[in-house]
Amino acid sequence: MQSMKIIGGLAVIVTGALLLRASHDFPDWGDPLSPANDSQTSNYFLENAYVDAKTPNVVTVVLGDYRAFDTMFETVVILTAGLAIFAVLGWTQREDIKDAAVLKAVEENPIIGVTCRLLVPVIQVFALYVLAHGHYSPGGGFQGGVMFGASFIILALGTGLGSALKRFRDTRALVVGAIGVLVYAGIGFLPMFLGDDPGRNFLDYGALKEILPVEKESMARSHAILGIETGVFITVSAVMFAVYFLLASHGRTKDSL
Amino acid sequence: MSPAVFQLASISAKFNYWIYIILMMIGLFAMIAKNNLIKKLIGMTIFQTAIILFYVSIGVKEGATIPIIEYETLKEYNSQKTGYGAKPDIEPQDYDNPLPHVLMLTAIVVGVSTLGLALAIAQRVFDQFGSLEEDEILEELTHPKPAKEPANG
Repeated sequence: MQSMKIIGGLAVIVTGALLLRASHDFPDWGDPLSPANDSQTSNYFLENAYVDAKTPNVVTVVLGDYRAFDTMFETVVILTAGLAIFAVLGWTQREDIKDAAVLKAVEENPIIGVTCRLLVPVIQVFALYVLAHGHYSPGGGFQGGVMFGASFIILALGTGLGSALKRFRDTRALVVGAIGVLVYAGIGFLPMFLGDDPGRNFLDYGALKEILPVEKESMARSHAILGIETGVFITVSAVMFAVYFLLASHGRTKDSL
Repeated sequence: MSPAVFQLASISAKFNYWIYIILMMIGLFAMIAKNNLIKKLIGMTIFQTAIILFYVSIGVKEGATIPIIEYETLKEYNSQKTGYGAKPDIEPQDYDNPLPHVLMLTAIVVGVSTLGLALAIAQRVFDQFGSLEEDEILEELTHPKPAKEPANG
């Protein structure tokens, strides 16, 4: 074991020295004319994001419109991770541990219980605010979804996993996660049936002008970004909670699907 | 190695690379040298954090603000009655590079999900071998104890 540490330490020192040597050729900190910062793509995003999607937050436009295909499969990756955790842990349950102690509510501590009940609604409303205000301030589906999932995790930590599962059934968590991907892909498929005869491309929201009460294509894109962010929000919050309860209960929740 | 790397001016102009390399090497060492699977996962998370820091730090522009277009600029743009193709008066040097932010936004959440999957596999390994220490697992694999039933039996 000692030799492993020495070999590992040597490898790390050599790699670090090589990286440090390479960093000498990198642009300085905060250089506005570095290749990454002065590239055509990022300048295009900054100059055209508001014209194209009527959304001041450029990060949201890049995430939800210019790179929407990428974001969709990031959401699929998250759902797949949730399903994989269920596949790895969910089949370990045995008859004798079905009603494991982990599911029963913990000894009610009034201070923790009341604090949780006061905190959870505030966290959930703030999560929805972060989702809905993602067009104008830092935020969006991923951040809001993690917060919403965390509110259930707080409930599970404070009042026992059983009481959190009563509010968000373990049988539904992964199904809800799949619904989020469906919302995203559904909004992506809609433009293919709208617009001129051959239809638009997958995730080309401009065509949604025909079914949304808006005048310009850019406004339709703005609304569609909120729609797909909602899909991301649903998937992320459901998978965050599913990951927590599967890991915390060692896959022994009653019947996870 | 060129000594210019270690000059003070070079270090202060490129300190973000020093921080990410140090963090990354801590993570890499933990992944190589640690014996415990959970400690290896902690190393992996430190490694991921270093890469996130690297990406975000190369998107910084001196004197720029976050990539959300200023309200005043948009008010001026919206009040003009201009035709198709008019753009708001935006100077890209005034706003940070949005692209690394987008890439890392998704990478953080995907990183949490994959860490969850790794922890789930670690739990199953513990079920099977009763240990998370690598050498004990290896011992169990090469010379299985005859008395012990497989945990999933």
